[in-house]
Amino acid sequence: MISAGIDIGSRSIECVTIKNGDISEIRKADTGFDPIGQAKQLINGLKFDRILATGYGRNLFEIEHNTATITEIKAHARGAVHFFPKVLSVLDIGGQDSKVIKLNDSGKVIQFEMNDRCAAGTGKFLEIMAKTLGFSIDTFGNEAMIAKKDLSISSMCTVFAESEVTSLVAKGENPNEIARGLHLAVLKRAVSMLNRVCPKGPVVFTGGVANNPFIVERLAQMTQREILVPQPPEINGAVGAALIAMENGKQIK
Amino acid sequence: MKQQLLKKLQQNAELNINDIEEHKRKGNHAIGFYCLYAPTELAVAAGAIPLPLCGTRHDPIEVAEETLPRNLCPLIKSSYGFAVSDTCPFFRFSDIIVADTTCDGKKKMFELMSDIKPVHVLQLPQQQNFDLFLEPWKNEILNLKTVIEDMTGNQITREKITSAIELLNRERKAKKRLMDITKATPSPLTGMELVEILFKTGFFADKQKGIDLIDEIIDVCNTLIKNGDTPYKIDTPRILLTGVPIGLGSDKVVKIIEESGANVVAFENCSGYKQTFQIDETKEPFLALAEQYLSIPCSVMSPNQGRIDLLDEMISQFSIDGVVDLTWQACHTYNIEAVQVQKFVNDNCKLPYLHIETDYSESDTEQLRVRIEAFLEMI
Ligand code: SF4
Ligand code: SF4
Repeated sequence: MISAGIDIGSRSIECVTIKNGDISEIRKADTGFDPIGQAKQLINGLKFDRILATGYGRNLFEIEHNTATITEIKAHARGAVHFFPKVLSVLDIGGQDSKVIKLNDSGKVIQFEMNDRCAAGTGKFLEIMAKTLGFSIDTFGNEAMIAKKDLSISSMCTVFAESEVTSLVAKGENPNEIARGLHLAVLKRAVSMLNRVCPKGPVVFTGGVANNPFIVERLAQMTQREILVPQPPEINGAVGAALIAMENGKQIK
Repeated sequence: MKQQLLKKLQQNAELNINDIEEHKRKGNHAIGFYCLYAPTELAVAAGAIPLPLCGTRHDPIEVAEETLPRNLCPLIKSSYGFAVSDTCPFFRFSDIIVADTTCDGKKKMFELMSDIKPVHVLQLPQQQNFDLFLEPWKNEILNLKTVIEDMTGNQITREKITSAIELLNRERKAKKRLMDITKATPSPLTGMELVEILFKTGFFADKQKGIDLIDEIIDVCNTLIKNGDTPYKIDTPRILLTGVPIGLGSDKVVKIIEESGANVVAFENCSGYKQTFQIDETKEPFLALAEQYLSIPCSVMSPNQGRIDLLDEMISQFSIDGVVDLTWQACHTYNIEAVQVQKFVNDNCKLPYLHIETDYSESDTEQLRVRIEAFLEMI
C-alpha cells in the first residue's frame, strides 16, 4: 500500500508518499496565492491509496478531496518519531509559525505551544530581514556564521526590526553581524519556548529554518542539548501525515 | 422542543426590555453591576432591578479605544465602550453603577466611567482571610445598602433582605440544576446553548419569571436525556472551560471547540458555575452575604486556592476529558494563574490542558482552531 501525506503550509506545500515504511517520493511547491490549486497540481499523477492532509490549508483540501485531516502538531510529532524514534521534544520553525511539541514515550503529544501571533520568530522574519540586508535567504545562515561577534537586536516585531536594521546599517555596523543579531533574536524566542514546554533531552528540529546552519549550531550551544534534524527538515509534517494515513486509514479524524 | 424553548427565551428577553421600561416609568430603579462580587440582593431588597452589564461584544471596543489603551482586557474595553457610546439599553436603564476594586484595569476604568454615570465602588479585599477582611467587606456592603436606600427611598429591612436572599438563592439553585444537566453523558445541550440560556436569563426584571423559564428548560432537557436525544455520541470529548467570564459575543472559543467535534459541558468561570453558591439563610443576613461573596474564587484573590478546589470537584463530577483555560488578552491575574491551573490539571488530574489567550475579535479564529484541534487530538 502507498500512503501519501500533504502539508499545506502558508509558504510551501510538501507532499510525500510512503511505501512499505519508506519514503518513496517527495514533491514540493510554493503555496503562492492559490493553495488548493497548487496542492492539486502537486499531487497530479501521484500514485497513492490513501492521503491525509495537514497544515493551515488542510480544511480546504479536506472539502476538495473528501479526505481526513490532522493538525500540524500531530503530523510533526509523528514525523519526528519516524526519523528519531525515542525523541520527546520537537521544535518546528516554519514559514509562518513556530511550535514546540512535547511527547510521551509512546509518541503521543502531551503538550504543545505555538507562536503565530506575528512573523517574529519564524522563517518569514528571516526572509524579510535577509532581503532588507541584501542577502539571499539560502545563504543567510552562512552570512551570520562568518560574523566576528554577536550583535543584539532588541526588536522582535518584524516592522520594528526592519527599521532597527536600517538604522544599524546607517550607523555602519557590519552586515554579517547584523545578520547574526537577527538570527540570535529568532533563537532566543525558540529557546525560551523550548525551555518552557520541554526542558530536557534531545530535540528534533524541523521546518525550513532547520536548513539554516547557524541556527542549528547555535541552538545546540544555547540549549546544551542534542539537535536532531530530519533530512530534509521541511518534509517532516508531510511524512507524519502519510504515516498516520497508513496507520489509521480514512476514518482518522 | 429545545429549539422552541430557545425561541421562547429570546421572545421573553425582548419582552423583558419592556418590563424594565415599565418598571422605570413607575419611578422605580435599576442598578448596574459589573462583577459577581457585588451582592445583587441589595438591589432586589430595595425594589430595584439588578442588571449585569459586563461587556461581552466586540463592536464597542473601537470607541473605547479612543480613550482607553489598546493593550487592555477586551472585557473592560467592551464595558466602557458600551457606556460611552450609549449603545447598551441596560446601561441606559441603570440609575447607578455598582463597581468593585477587582483588577487594576477595571478599577481605573470605573474612574472614567463615573464621568458618565454615578458609580459606587466597593472596596473588595484581595484576600479571603476572614479574620482580617470580613469586617471591612461587610461594612462595604452596609455602605452600599445606605447608598441604595437613599437613592430608591426604600428601606432595606431585615425581612426584605432575607426574602431577597431567599429569591436569589432559588435563582442560583435553578441555574445550578441547569448547569448540572450537562453531567449526563452524552449531554442533551451544547455548550453554546448553555451560554445562551445563562446569558439571556441574567437580565430578567422579574426573577421568578427567569427561574420558571430555567425550570421549563430543565424539564425539557430531562426528557431529552430520557429519550437519548442528544447531538453527541457517548465518546464525544467533554471539555471544561475555565478562566475569564464569557457571554454572547465573547463565546468564540466555545464555538470553535464545538465545531471541532467536542462538547463544552462545564464552565468554571463567573458567567458559569461560580454563580452557583448559596447564601446561608440561617445567619445574620449581612454577615452571610459578606462571607459568601468574599469566598468567590476569582483570580483577583491572592492566593486563590478555591478555584483549584472547584476545578477538582467539577472535573470529576462532569467526567471531564480535557480543560481549556481562557485568558482575555492583558488579563494578568488569569494569565499568571494559568501556570498553577496547568500544573494541577496535568499533574493531579492527568488530563490534557490548553491555555488560550485571545480577545473578542475574530481575527485569530484559524490560529485558535489549530490549537484547539491539536488539543482534541491529545484526548
Ligand atoms: S472574573 Fe472575577 S473580577 Fe472579573 S467579573 Fe468575574 S468575578 Fe469579577
Ligand atoms: S478578565 Fe481579567 S483583566 Fe478583564 S476584567 Fe476580569 S480580571 Fe480584569
